[in-house]
Amino acid sequence: MLDIVGLTASIGDKAILNGIDLSVPAGEIHAIMGPNGSGKSTLGYVLAGREDYTVTGGSVRFENQDMLAMTPEARAAAGLFLAFQAPIELPGVNNANFMRTALNAIRRAHGESELDAVQFLKLARAEMKRLSMDAEMLRRNVNVGFSGGEKKRNEVLQMAILRPRFAVLDETDSGLDIDALKIVADGVNSLRGPGFSALVITHHQRLLDHLVPNRVHVLAGGRILRSGGPELAKELEKNGYGAMLAEAA
Amino acid sequence: MPADNETLDTVRSVTQSGYKWGFETDIEMDVAPKGLSPDTIRLISERKEEPSWMLDWRLKAYAAWLQMEEPNWARVDHPRIDYQDIHYYAAPKKKAGPKSLDEVDPELLKMYEKLGIPLKERAILAGVEGADQEQPRQIAVDAVFDSVSVATTFQETLLKAGVIFCPISEALRKYPDLMRQYIGSVVPVGDNFFAALNSAVFTDGSFVFIPKGVRCPMELSTYFRINTRGTGQFERTLIIAEAGAHVSYLEGCTAPQRDENQLHAAVVELVAMDDATIKYSTVQNWYPGDANGLGGIYNFVTKRGACLGDRSKISWTQVETGSAITWKYPSCVLHGVDSVGEFYSVAVTNNHQQADTGTKMIHIGKGSRSTIISKGISAGHSNNTYRGLVKVLPSASGARNFTQCDSLLIGEDCGAHTVPYIESRNRSAKIEHEATTSKINEDQLFYCRQRGLNEEDAVNLIVNGFCKEVLKELPMEFAVEAQKLLAVSLEGSVG
Repeated sequence: MLDIVGLTASIGDKAILNGIDLSVPAGEIHAIMGPNGSGKSTLGYVLAGREDYTVTGGSVRFENQDMLAMTPEARAAAGLFLAFQAPIELPGVNNANFMRTALNAIRRAHGESELDAVQFLKLARAEMKRLSMDAEMLRRNVNVGFSGGEKKRNEVLQMAILRPRFAVLDETDSGLDIDALKIVADGVNSLRGPGFSALVITHHQRLLDHLVPNRVHVLAGGRILRSGGPELAKELEKNGYGAMLAEAA
Repeated sequence: MPADNETLDTVRSVTQSGYKWGFETDIEMDVAPKGLSPDTIRLISERKEEPSWMLDWRLKAYAAWLQMEEPNWARVDHPRIDYQDIHYYAAPKKKAGPKSLDEVDPELLKMYEKLGIPLKERAILAGVEGADQEQPRQIAVDAVFDSVSVATTFQETLLKAGVIFCPISEALRKYPDLMRQYIGSVVPVGDNFFAALNSAVFTDGSFVFIPKGVRCPMELSTYFRINTRGTGQFERTLIIAEAGAHVSYLEGCTAPQRDENQLHAAVVELVAMDDATIKYSTVQNWYPGDANGLGGIYNFVTKRGACLGDRSKISWTQVETGSAITWKYPSCVLHGVDSVGEFYSVAVTNNHQQADTGTKMIHIGKGSRSTIISKGISAGHSNNTYRGLVKVLPSASGARNFTQCDSLLIGEDCGAHTVPYIESRNRSAKIEHEATTSKINEDQLFYCRQRGLNEEDAVNLIVNGFCKEVLKELPMEFAVEAQKLLAVSLEGSVG
């Protein structure tokens, strides 16, 4: 589904991704782990098309489309979703209205009819119930005054409503208590199927207990250092990155 | 100017015959020669069949105007206006406008299309010749109602409640005592250059009187939406709410309106007695000129409300997106004990538009309170200035004011300016002022785009969020249209 080959990217003069090779087949969930500053979040931003980063080489193909040539909104319409590590506040913008505008933009891009407010609320309430979220969140302004946990849950809700084909979750589990963690995992698991893949960036094994990945990749210095099965995450939990980094050096 | 040359020639030839004021009454059209003089004013007063005190009042305004200089303190810039090159009285049956929609600025037509205005109404709004003769001029954008029957029902409803709502010239004939008592009581004839000009030559406008204890049975905006309403060059509005009365009034229209008269100088006066509430909302979308700053309306407006009664309240809400130049400071003079003044404003400037707008809150009564929420949005090469005065007189113990001025910049070539004046002569007064200036934030844009919104929709969403505190003050049916209007006004400002 997603094929990254030799991807390099920089911000200003600073190279951050130094040749990423990564393939995520349809239906699989891959975890990305790695020390701080290794380029995990940058990878998410570059995939989503953030213009502050310059792609200096390599290619990203998403279901045979050249994703690097697409605008951020075209990537979203193609089915890419990025759950932000630090979700952005939009003062005065109602959460329900925001999600409906986004959903309808994507539906329009697919030639589907738009949902009116009533249809949308029905859909949103059903998703919230399924994710055990308080419907009150719909009435608030996007992420304004949300606690850290609420912001993360709001990302999961948006993902559930937009139903992407490929999701990048950037440390969505950080700072969450165990109940909230389960909501995040449920959100991803509910989308799991042959037409959905995800890249889950995390520091913690505990998310991967709920969300068993097909593959685990360790990112360091803007490269994939090692890849393996779920057991690789357990090994990291036990030994830390130190040993692996030393071995690589 | 409205009259075409041929008609003017006809008028001139007829007037050679020596009619006292230089006019012929039995032709189809009344036109005063260009320029402002006591004769012009006499003509207007006569045509309106006004009482003689009104003519004296106008002449006094004219005398005051002659002594005044055009104000130059606002942050606006325009070529010198030749006041002798304007027709102050011309009521042509037919306006000299474009012959068909083909002659209208295509950008304006595009805007109509985006606002969903029916084809026929587009022609009327654009001032195409003859377009308004096929059907009564109707500003309403939705055609849900049969306008004639609904208008009649509305008139009956108002009458039953004892509400007077009529053209100001009719009020001068029918209610001379009320008019004499209140006209100029809030904005005196010599208040400022443009108000003096208006007082001398105003030709139309509205009069509203809500008797004691009456809550106006409908939003007067509803009435306008289905009814004919000519918006004039020198409009004058007077609204009086007696003790305990309540009224909500909306002027304007979200559809962009063209007018051949470049100079507009309106005056609005509001009077609220004990426990009365007046809510006055404006959606101003006069032609702003083209993308290069050519054409467009100069809008120099004086709006002021007097909270004469205790616990009275006057609330101004304005959405200003049109005009090449906006010079406008809807104000409240808070005489009454515990009286309340409010000002909610969204001013959008794009391309080469200039807006210098804000408010004055004058606290005189004990415990008077005022709130100012101003949202300025600048894009293109425009300049947007908030100018506001909060003045607390020694009598106003315990007065409170809260002011919040937020400016949003879109692009690199626009300007936002905030000029607050605060004068307090009472130690117990509490005055708060908050101001922010921000640019549309890259993080916010990217977040929206990642969710599938294109850049323009993302800007609209963020701008509407920015203005929400003000938009929610608008009558319900207009809030939605105003949102759409903001989007159209800012079109092309990003990317």
